Amino acid sequence: MTAELSAPLAGVRPLNRARPQLVTAYPSWFYLPAALIYGVLFLFPTIASLFFSLTRWTLFDWTFIGLGNFEQFFREPFLFQGLVNTLIYGVVTSGAKVVLGLLLGLLLTSDIIGRGYLRAVVFFPVLVSTVGVGITFTTMMHPTQGLLNESLALLGIKGPGWLTDPRFALLSVAAVDVWKGVGLATVIYMAGIVSIGSEYYEAAKIDGATAWQRFWTITLPLVKPATVTVVTLSLIGGLRSFDLIWAMTKGGPGFTSDVIASVIYKQYQAGFYGLSTAGNVVLFMMVAVIIVPLSWFLNRGETDR
Amino acid sequence: MLNFKTGTLVSAIAGILMGMTAASGSAWADDVTLSFLVDNAPSTVATAEALAAAFEAKNPGVNVEVESRPGGGDGDNIIKTRLATGEMTDVFMYNSGSLFQAINPVQNLVPLDDLSNFGNVLDSFKSVVTGTDGKVYGVPFGTAMGGGILYNKKIYAELGLSVPKSWAEFMANNEKVKAAGKAAVIQTFGDTWTSQLFVLGDFFNVQKAVPSFAADYTAGKAKYASTPAAMKGFERQEEVFKAGYLNEDFAAATFTDGVQKVATGEGAHYPMLTFAVSNIKELAPDNLGDVGFFAIPGDDAASNGLTTWMPGGFYIPKTTKHLEEAKAFANFIATTEACDVQTAAAGAAGPYLVKDCTLPSDVPPVVSDMLPYFQTEGATAPALEFLSPIKGPALEQITVEVGSGIRAAADGAALYDEDVKKQAQQLGLPGW
Amino acid sequence: MNRARRYIVGGVAIVASIFVFLVPFAFIILTAMKDKKQAALREFSWPKEIHLWDNIVEVIETRDYQLLTAFVNSSIITVASVTLLVIFGAMVGFVLQRRPSRWTKIVSFFVLAGLIMPPAVVPTIWLMQSIGLFKTMHGFVLVQVAYGLSFTVLLFKNFVSTIPRELDEAAIIDGAGPVRLFFQVVLPLLKPVVVTVIVVQAVAIFNDFTNALYYLPGKQNVTVQLTLFNFQSQFLTQFNLLFANILLITIPPLLVYMFFNRQIVAGMTAGAVKG
Repeated sequence: MTAELSAPLAGVRPLNRARPQLVTAYPSWFYLPAALIYGVLFLFPTIASLFFSLTRWTLFDWTFIGLGNFEQFFREPFLFQGLVNTLIYGVVTSGAKVVLGLLLGLLLTSDIIGRGYLRAVVFFPVLVSTVGVGITFTTMMHPTQGLLNESLALLGIKGPGWLTDPRFALLSVAAVDVWKGVGLATVIYMAGIVSIGSEYYEAAKIDGATAWQRFWTITLPLVKPATVTVVTLSLIGGLRSFDLIWAMTKGGPGFTSDVIASVIYKQYQAGFYGLSTAGNVVLFMMVAVIIVPLSWFLNRGETDR
Repeated sequence: MLNFKTGTLVSAIAGILMGMTAASGSAWADDVTLSFLVDNAPSTVATAEALAAAFEAKNPGVNVEVESRPGGGDGDNIIKTRLATGEMTDVFMYNSGSLFQAINPVQNLVPLDDLSNFGNVLDSFKSVVTGTDGKVYGVPFGTAMGGGILYNKKIYAELGLSVPKSWAEFMANNEKVKAAGKAAVIQTFGDTWTSQLFVLGDFFNVQKAVPSFAADYTAGKAKYASTPAAMKGFERQEEVFKAGYLNEDFAAATFTDGVQKVATGEGAHYPMLTFAVSNIKELAPDNLGDVGFFAIPGDDAASNGLTTWMPGGFYIPKTTKHLEEAKAFANFIATTEACDVQTAAAGAAGPYLVKDCTLPSDVPPVVSDMLPYFQTEGATAPALEFLSPIKGPALEQITVEVGSGIRAAADGAALYDEDVKKQAQQLGLPGW
Repeated sequence: MNRARRYIVGGVAIVASIFVFLVPFAFIILTAMKDKKQAALREFSWPKEIHLWDNIVEVIETRDYQLLTAFVNSSIITVASVTLLVIFGAMVGFVLQRRPSRWTKIVSFFVLAGLIMPPAVVPTIWLMQSIGLFKTMHGFVLVQVAYGLSFTVLLFKNFVSTIPRELDEAAIIDGAGPVRLFFQVVLPLLKPVVVTVIVVQAVAIFNDFTNALYYLPGKQNVTVQLTLFNFQSQFLTQFNLLFANILLITIPPLLVYMFFNRQIVAGMTAGAVKG
């Protein structure tokens, strides 16, 4: 939510000098309740998944098959498609959220009429359930009767099958994802923009900088923490995304809008528990391989300071 | 807003009160409550509730509570998870054949061979609910069905068409329907499961050409991609798409759209299972008489026949706490009386698999068109999923791709062979 | 910005917002008001007759008032999960920020891991089943807490650093133990970020569909998102009822938002000041 996501992601931050007399005021057992829940219900299953991904598993009993599941997973002809789709989806949604979120953030912190209304309306989709949004847009994107194509028809344009044409399905879902999530990015940017001291702008004005120059040399660098937060959060969300895709296309038509998370779910549905768990491990690796270096890169400047 | 809130509150209180009286009522009578899980198709729910009511009437002291679940892949998932985790209801209804094999019946279910009415169940049904240990685990819920093509009789009459016996005749009919400006073949890929009929419904023709296919396929020796007769289903799906015979919104239309289109004459042919007759009755009751049925034709008009589907089974999980009552319920379902209850509740989509059960004389044309296949020796073959425990879970996505020109037929068949392999391995079959 | 631009830019933005954001909501409301036949046309049009109330009543009555059970369940789950998240998350964030030790790095690593890693669903089901938590409301609450902790800890940790240590010291000199220090001194000061956590997590948990699908099967445990999912197949031909359902289940998050609207922006701004 706030820009400080950056710090723990980098894992480095100058440590506060310990003051021994205060240590007892901050007891380690404060970690305990959270650690217990997290350890049992998140950490343990995750570690167990490393084992079960190497088995053929029916929940009662398992057969150890080594790397067979991973081999199978990478041989699935649609898995490669799912991998590429996952990347496209993550990059497109997080890129669009950064650009649109920043623009909307600037707009909604400037002095315009209807600002309160606009802030509310941009944020509102964040509150609606993903399944509800999915159903609504699926209905509006119907190729022949949907609102979208009927409106385009009024302009004399024959709209495509947004969710049924393999060329558009994934991007249409991504667009809805952006529609639903841009409000959160906007609010993060608004918070970042508001916190920039007005003295910077005053100084720039005295120097005769144009609005464009002020944006480029002051706003953009100084909202970087907000950008880091938006990029990281939306990329993690995008790569793991499942709900909206499932509610809108179920990975279809065919396998053309499948992402790794939906492939995993389908294997789970089919009762291939070991294979599904292996998919989980693959997804985890993929997210880690992208996010960890990225956040290190984005936070480099911070630690230099 | 205020209105809404008070309204909700009133309904909430009403709901709670109702729940309380129900609970205290049952406690007082010291009743047994059987929970009964079925899929949420309206006709299934109606049938299940009618059976429950009839059984309760005969067995005071037993309540049956029908619980519904989604159909399709989500439903498979729920059944598997609940069985695996011991959370299954006291009795439940689920597919027979390969899906039945996939829920590990020997480990999860109670054998029903010892029911007193067990002899009433026809052998053809017993064979599709038999576990690997040779015991029978289910009684039939519903009727047998045919998988073929629903057609609009009015269009056929207007254009002077006759029911095709060969694929060439079928395609010729399609050409004429298209020329008349209607959708020749209705496809509804908005519900992906509806896309599988050209492949699954062609099995009669596959078996005619390669009688050993089912056995070889189970043993991992025969493949779709390398058996020309089996590939035909994929090729035909592609052919129909390429000829431009499909309805304009085929990619987004849903099963109910398809039923309405074929009933009201927006399209001529809809490849579907005959259980759709109950949906026609619900969605377009006035057009029930306008829809007929024929089997998916093969190359040769001389050997025309129907691929049939067995009804789902009624099963008892080992985890039930009321085994005696559950068995009594199963025993009741295997009677002619239960058949009549089902017919009254949802109509019959085909013949029953319980001895001496009869159909009413005024069945709709979809059903009466299908019955002759059953009455002719050698004119039916069960779908592959009833002869082999393996059915790949991704078939519906593959047929959507082939049927909308995203993937070539040969490629689709090869992909399906891969998919099937996973299922066979999960089941631990030899030869994979 | 001069007066004219203030109006022009604002006006353009308002018009655009109508098409982009209001039309979809209007579509939901209009469809929820129609009768079955008109709703099936998927049109964006004024209903011929207004059936909003009938549709709502019908949706609520479906399957023995399932939606009401679902509302009760979802509310219990949401309130319980968010309460635990706030308390446990704040405790961790507080100590994590205040007391650097050999634990700091380890805890930070797990916080990060929790944020990135997709939960291992099937092993979780298997585990919950073996310890009797599967298909129970309290088990589900604990799962939501486990999944929401990372983000919550991050928010708290960052906000704690804006609270001057001198306050802690003063309280300690007054003789406060760690529990009193935390609950009476620090937690009240965390109010802006507590509000943010409540809103974000409450909305996320109330709207959560996937986890409910996995961990809460069964009729008694149904949540509002599951009813929507179940009704989707049952109401295939009844868009009016489907959209009435969407409308109903959007009301609680909307109320939360209206209630906390001002604090959200304040909380986020406050949290971002030190960015």
